[in-house]
Amino acid sequence: MAIIDPRHAAKQLIYERIFRALTLGAAVLVLLILGGVAISLARGAWPAISHFGFSFVTREIWNPVTDEYGALAPIYGTVVTSLIAMLLAVPAGFGIALFLTELCPPLLKRPIGVAVELLAAVPSIIFGIWGLFVLAPVLQRHTQPWLIAHLGHVPFIGNLFKGPPFGIGVLTAGVVLAIMVLPFIAATMRDVFDTVPPMLKESGYGLGATTWEVMWNVVVPHSRVGIVGGMMLGLGRALGETMAVTFVIGNAHRISSSLLAPGTTISSAIANEFTEAVGDLYTSSLIALGLLLFLITFTVIAAAQAMLRRLERGGFAV
Amino acid sequence: MKMPNRLVIMAAAAALSYAAVAAATDISGAGATFPYPIYAKWADAYKKLTGIGLNYQSIGSGGGIKQIKAKTVTFGASDMPLKPDDLKAAGLLQFPMIIGGVVPVVNVKGIQAGQLHLDGATVASIYLGDITQWDDPQIKRLNPKLTLPSTAIAPVYRSDGSGTNFLFSEYLSKTSPKFLSSIGANTSVQWPTGIGAKGNEGVANMTTQTDGAIGYVEYAYAKQNKMAYTLLTNKAGAAVAPSAESFQAAAANADWVHADSYYLILTDQAGAKSWPITGASFILVYKQPDDPASVNEALKFFAWAYKDGASMAAELDYVPLPAALIAQVKKTWTSEITSGGHPVWSGK
Amino acid sequence: MNRRALRKAKNAAFLFLSLVATMTGLACLAAILWTLLSHGIAGMSWHLFAEMTPPPGSKGGLLNALYGSGMMTLLGILIGSPIGVLAGTYLAEYGRNSRLSTVIRFINDVLLSAPSIIIGLFVYEIVVVRMGHFSAIAGALALAILAIPVTLRTTEDMLNLVPVGMKDSSAALGAYPWRTTLSVLYPAARSGIVTGLLLAIARISGETAPLLFTALNNQFWSTQLNAPMANLPVVIFQFALSPYKDWQDLAWAGALIITVTILILSISARVILALLQAERGSGR
Repeated sequence: MAIIDPRHAAKQLIYERIFRALTLGAAVLVLLILGGVAISLARGAWPAISHFGFSFVTREIWNPVTDEYGALAPIYGTVVTSLIAMLLAVPAGFGIALFLTELCPPLLKRPIGVAVELLAAVPSIIFGIWGLFVLAPVLQRHTQPWLIAHLGHVPFIGNLFKGPPFGIGVLTAGVVLAIMVLPFIAATMRDVFDTVPPMLKESGYGLGATTWEVMWNVVVPHSRVGIVGGMMLGLGRALGETMAVTFVIGNAHRISSSLLAPGTTISSAIANEFTEAVGDLYTSSLIALGLLLFLITFTVIAAAQAMLRRLERGGFAV
Repeated sequence: MKMPNRLVIMAAAAALSYAAVAAATDISGAGATFPYPIYAKWADAYKKLTGIGLNYQSIGSGGGIKQIKAKTVTFGASDMPLKPDDLKAAGLLQFPMIIGGVVPVVNVKGIQAGQLHLDGATVASIYLGDITQWDDPQIKRLNPKLTLPSTAIAPVYRSDGSGTNFLFSEYLSKTSPKFLSSIGANTSVQWPTGIGAKGNEGVANMTTQTDGAIGYVEYAYAKQNKMAYTLLTNKAGAAVAPSAESFQAAAANADWVHADSYYLILTDQAGAKSWPITGASFILVYKQPDDPASVNEALKFFAWAYKDGASMAAELDYVPLPAALIAQVKKTWTSEITSGGHPVWSGK
Repeated sequence: MNRRALRKAKNAAFLFLSLVATMTGLACLAAILWTLLSHGIAGMSWHLFAEMTPPPGSKGGLLNALYGSGMMTLLGILIGSPIGVLAGTYLAEYGRNSRLSTVIRFINDVLLSAPSIIIGLFVYEIVVVRMGHFSAIAGALALAILAIPVTLRTTEDMLNLVPVGMKDSSAALGAYPWRTTLSVLYPAARSGIVTGLLLAIARISGETAPLLFTALNNQFWSTQLNAPMANLPVVIFQFALSPYKDWQDLAWAGALIITVTILILSISARVILALLQAERGSGR
């Protein structure tokens, strides 16, 4: 006497095959989507790449009249704004993570942690309008004149702070990006600090080290991989950010040594000009910018994910 | 079995919604921000009258040209007229819809609307980066009675492809040889200095936000937002303020009858009262449209706007087209926009 | 003694700086919320939910934009989350350690953090250009692609959290993995998967860039999926950058609505997760 009716078993097997195929199909679809994005970008960018060759990446000119395009100004803007964002957000994020793991009274830990993470939930367009209507006027009226007056004449770095105070520009975009990226960096660092075995910290305290010394000499080296991973994740976000930057970057396809000058980034150039690009070379150049951005962010994010996964699996850093 | 029934229902619902899609005919258009205030006003009134919605997206003249060439909209709108050869190659028809003026606007402490007086050469120098402060001697010479602060000038320009940009750069090219040789005239040019903003709206907004800024916008934007527009010296040497009269004076001498495909540029026209940066805004449609029904609806809208929309246009200081020109345009519709040998437009 | 005092001073200084950093972070959040509230409340009125977006210089509301955003977010979730959940199931149940799974997890993480404007460009090329016009369905597809990585990640993590014992007992009764998944795992991981959905909704409802070249925008009320549809983020983009006071008020009001909705969704997701952990912790 069979416990399981063979016909019933056969039907179950068919359902199993279908279900497995569905889930596998969905998983492969994810792969196909990324592949599709890469291929469609490459296809769209091909006319520009074949026309300009490598010089596309080294020229500053962006002239729709003569159909001459170069990615240097957007690349420069993307890199500089992200750099400013990192310079501001990494120390601040580190500070927040330090506060949450060492100083914060246990009752406040969760609310403050949640509040910082909520900053990450705010849509980027909100940052954009806040940056344009609230931050930029403040910068134009107070901060930038101060910077120009006090730092404009210092040799070398003075060049960074020259020019009329527009309020918007590369520096403003960098500051807005810093605020946007801060919660990611702070949250990742806090999570990583939390995984440090208390025994390690206790041994440090046992030797008479101060909180800061334990932090700097025990926790940080132990969490090296996670810290770098979190930073790179934040960098990936900063590089690709569109809406917040478009509002405050000033939309000028120019490279200027001054941080107070307007500039452009890859994503804001695409957002501003794509619907109006007339002519195949113009459109293709914009898609080529998109491809560049895709490659840059892919590399950064891939490296970050690799580091974070190593941490998840290993636990002990090398 | 439950699942198949649900699938059937979902498929039916999808089919029904697609059917609903095919029924209504909303007209879609995209392009110039120059005429956007009046197009939006007309669309609102026309919808209340006939129930047909005109969805116009003001993405800039460059965008209008691109989208009509990509056939993603029923009509395109551009302030820069396309050359007859380009039109022929694309199979497009262009006709003027409305006339307006581009005015420089400033945000300088203490300067009110209509107080500051500039000329083409000075504005060109500002945008070239040769004049960098408001109390520059060249500006002072034109405004002996005004006290100008030493604030830095922040030139604001169009960062998107724009017919307004075309008109403005065209005027500056006519009045400044240096501008012509180093920058030139087009919907999008490489400005050597200043901040870029999107659309007439963006330039108006950025100019209002930034201390010491100068920008250029279509007059309706300056008027609606109470901005400080400037006077300009026209070809006849007179200082003139922007207004419906000065736009009309500039358009008075235009010879539309002999303009091939209505290609006509109205900047720097003769006449003591003429505003130097006047221009017409054009509509682009296909001569042999894929969707004659939508194009017909669009033409019916334009015919209504020519007639009943004239008073609304005058309120915003746009200049409606003269009657003879309207008649000429309608004849062009009947003879040139066809489908299967018959004119698409159902009116006369 | 001197060196010890120096070390203590250094300690105090850095700890103080960390406090300053936290205060700055919180201050930024407060500043943004305050700006949204003060500007947004001014534009709030019942008109917002009754009238359409107005032409410049007139009063109006945001009804078409609210509907458009709601509809496209809903479609995006309907299309994207089943794919994400199924793919996450595959990774958790079938392909635990296979080479393919590692690659897919990696690709998913890349998609999760990829710039959304790239996704918009992609959908423009394959949908808008092919169809010949902008449409709400193109916008929904772009949002769906953004929703997949979030739901995939959460589903996989949540399914992995289900005690192995439950899976084993089900298998011991002779159930195939599909049966185990549907009857045992999904119900057990229910709250986690719902959290994933909430997070995905929060993520896509605030996105602007992917809608710029797909759904475009629409001045009027439209329910046609085949045509451009109004949506809140693009309306905010357009209205905020304009010089018209009425439009700017509407932009702030819209910004307030989006932010409040997303914050509520995020907080709810967190609360559910916390309840889930408490439940787990108490031993069930």
